[in-house]
Amino acid sequence: MAEEFEPKIVAFLCKWCSSAGSDLAGVSRMEYPPNVVPITVMCSGSVSPLYIFSAFKRGADGVLVSGCHPGDCHYIKGNFYARRRIALVKKLLDYIGLEPQRFQMSWVSAAEGKKYTQIIKDFVQELKPLGPQTKLRSNS
Amino acid sequence: MKRTGVFVCHCGINIAGTVDVKKAAKELSKHKGVVHSEDYVYMCSDPGQNLILDAIKEKKLDNVVIACCSPTLHETTFRNASKSAGLNEFQCEIANIREQCSWVHKDMDKATEKAIKITKSAVEKVRRNESLEPISIPVTRRALVIGGGIAGIQSALDLANTGYEVILVERSPSIGGHMIQLSETFPTLDCSQCILTPKMVEVSKHSNIKLMTSSEIQEISGYVGNFKAKILKKPTYVDADKCTLCDECTKVCPVVVSNEFDLGLTGRRAIYIPFPQAIPATYTLDISACPGLLPIACGKCADVCEPGAIDFDMKPEIIEEEVGAIIVASGFDLYEKEMMGEYGYGKYPDVLDGLQFERLLSASGPTMGKVLRPSDHKEPKEVVFIQCAGSRDPELHCPYCSKICCMYTAKHAMLYKHHVHDGQAYIFYIDIRSGGKGYEEFVQRAVEEDGVLYLRGKVSKIFEEKGKIKVWGVDTLAGKDIEIDADMVVLATAMRPSEGAEELAKKLKIALDKDGFLSEAHPKLRPVESVTSGMFLAGAAQAPKDIPEAVAQASGAAAKAIAILSQERLFHAPTVAKVNVNLCTGCGMCVDVCPYDSLSLKDGKVEVNEVLCEGCGTCSATCLRAAIQIRNLTPLQVSEMIKVSLGG
Ligand SMILES: Cc1cc2nc3c(=O)[nH]c(=O)nc-3n(C[C@H](O)[C@H](O)[C@H](O)COP(=O)(O)OP(=O)(O)OC[C@H]3O[C@@H](n4cnc5c(N)ncnc54)[C@H](O)[C@@H]3O)c2cc1C
Ligand code: SF4
Ligand code: SF4
Ligand code: FES
Repeated sequence: MAEEFEPKIVAFLCKWCSSAGSDLAGVSRMEYPPNVVPITVMCSGSVSPLYIFSAFKRGADGVLVSGCHPGDCHYIKGNFYARRRIALVKKLLDYIGLEPQRFQMSWVSAAEGKKYTQIIKDFVQELKPLGPQTKLRSNS
Repeated sequence: MKRTGVFVCHCGINIAGTVDVKKAAKELSKHKGVVHSEDYVYMCSDPGQNLILDAIKEKKLDNVVIACCSPTLHETTFRNASKSAGLNEFQCEIANIREQCSWVHKDMDKATEKAIKITKSAVEKVRRNESLEPISIPVTRRALVIGGGIAGIQSALDLANTGYEVILVERSPSIGGHMIQLSETFPTLDCSQCILTPKMVEVSKHSNIKLMTSSEIQEISGYVGNFKAKILKKPTYVDADKCTLCDECTKVCPVVVSNEFDLGLTGRRAIYIPFPQAIPATYTLDISACPGLLPIACGKCADVCEPGAIDFDMKPEIIEEEVGAIIVASGFDLYEKEMMGEYGYGKYPDVLDGLQFERLLSASGPTMGKVLRPSDHKEPKEVVFIQCAGSRDPELHCPYCSKICCMYTAKHAMLYKHHVHDGQAYIFYIDIRSGGKGYEEFVQRAVEEDGVLYLRGKVSKIFEEKGKIKVWGVDTLAGKDIEIDADMVVLATAMRPSEGAEELAKKLKIALDKDGFLSEAHPKLRPVESVTSGMFLAGAAQAPKDIPEAVAQASGAAAKAIAILSQERLFHAPTVAKVNVNLCTGCGMCVDVCPYDSLSLKDGKVEVNEVLCEGCGTCSATCLRAAIQIRNLTPLQVSEMIKVSLGG
């Protein structure tokens, strides 16, 4: 039997909420699939569209951006900019023809280890039937 | 090429139980630029840190990555260790392979693979980190305290006695807060005014304290060490320096309104002194009650004021102050009357709240310390106290416990008995929470010495009949229905954040918790700090609390503020924005998005105020040309991190 497809995911987590939330998932010994490699950034507002394209280009099957809940950003309003920017990126990816499930944004606070766990589980589950992402992957 | 060292920690079996640390160290040693890679059981232990130190020196490492627990735990430990071996602190990065890897996975092969990717990502980052020194900023060595209740008073005095100038801003005409309204205080039954007024006088006489009453914060800008406050000083229409407290004005003032100090149990004139010991000791003209400032409308007070203290032309003033630290002590209010309709509050004059009962007990109160019913001035012989009125009721009211009501209700019942020896006090309660020094003994005393009857259960109905207030309830311990023909009912209503707390929090950019109280930075380890550095919390503004706790927190907050003010300069993380002027076209897009107003355009290029910049990176994600970047998390660094995270 062929091995099940394991999607590769990059997650941009803001340092103050989502990264702390994923730490809490660890401290609480929750379990989720190991498909995600986290990259901690200062704020979801610092995630440039270029990072997202670059991840897809380098072969990511899915990309997650996660920050503080709207109104709770450590830098007051970084995540509002993130939300707007990400809506645009989503449209653009749609236009290119990438499956919309491959790119997600979530709000996870430092207290929401459980929510983070669930988001990763669901994300991996949603990506599995899609198979590898080839639309944006560069062949080099 | 830069020489990188990698150190993989086992954390006992916390990491090694799921990640094959030997394999990880071996794989990482093959990564480009890694000249040293080893694993050890506890990297954070002294021998562990020594391994790092020795390797840095022997292998001439330019930078190191420690693959271990979350950077929130040991980043400082390892950065200090690297510093002592001669590296800049930014030449040390942490790869979190515990919280974000070993603790959340079970499959060893996959967890190991992921741990390697996470560590490689940190290697790619650290190899491109600049060596930076903290940015140093001067400190304005004065403090602002908002709220002049016992908490604000205590913080202000602690700061002033340490030698720092303090601006104490209180929105009402006098300081004192709720404590000045209380009669006697549990558990010692000290007279509240007697222990508070000396402190109030000390505030008014202190050369380091600038007291601003009838004043409110309008705007706060700046950052730790250097805040700018705009304070609105409202006109009181009475010149405090001229007022001799002769009281002639109130004798002629024709207007009577409800007296807030006695919570409506008495009236006051439009021109008034809040209470005899008010600080500042002066009268105030309540413009919302006065028919008009024109002599045509009334002007009687000005006519009789011998020293000519009344000034109808007084205007609101905006006063600007610069301070290095801010303490917020805006206190509490009781749960709104309207919410307590189920207990007949606001409907029957003899259903009171706890503060009104304090005024009845107070020697300086409306009845000169006699407990009399507001309706007919008769002495009540049966009094029912109801605890948790509005607290611990997530469906209808506040979900939390107001913490102090068990104690002050015991006090109320006890003091009532001291006044009315042949009376009977009943207390309806859910639980008795009497944690605190001498508190449990106090409650016992109420039961044993004063014969207070505690009834466990809830009140189902309150209504008036033939001059009595009928209280129906159940005693859940005895399993019996209870009916009491009471003469008076006292509700221990919930404590709420003070009115306007939300607006104040917005101006200060500090957070509120789910119940609207000010949020501390960490519920256990940083209980007096707000999330904004340089702003501290004291008293009931942060959560319901009694006087000793409010005072302790106020002193704690003052100590935290002193830790800032005692320094000539503060240090700020240097991982701030930097501009590549060759790429910047001066479009100004980044200027608009910066939450801290740290960017400005000069000669067609953007400039960063490094002191204001918090390094959030919003600007860098906005710039279409990557002309503005955050030091040590540049697009190039992130791009390389992405590459190795995907196995490239
Ligand atoms: C009925 C009752 C009985 C009590 N009995 C006892 C007792 O026996 N023993 C005991 O230890 N505790 C007792 N307490 C608790 C005690 O009252 C509080 O612990 C204490 O008052 C808290 O002090 P504070 O300074 O935090 O708040 P507050 O006393 O509420 O003072 C806050 C001050 O800040 C001002 N303010 C608010 N917002 C602003 C703003 N935006 N700008 C400027 N100023 C502002 C307010 O006008 C006020 O002067 C009792 C409480 C009640 C309700
Ligand atoms: S967005 Fe970029 S190009 Fe525009 S002003 Fe800012 S740094 Fe310069
Ligand atoms: S990093 Fe954030 S705070 Fe600093 S200049 Fe950019 S947007 Fe402003
Ligand atoms: S800091 Fe978490 S989204 Fe801005």
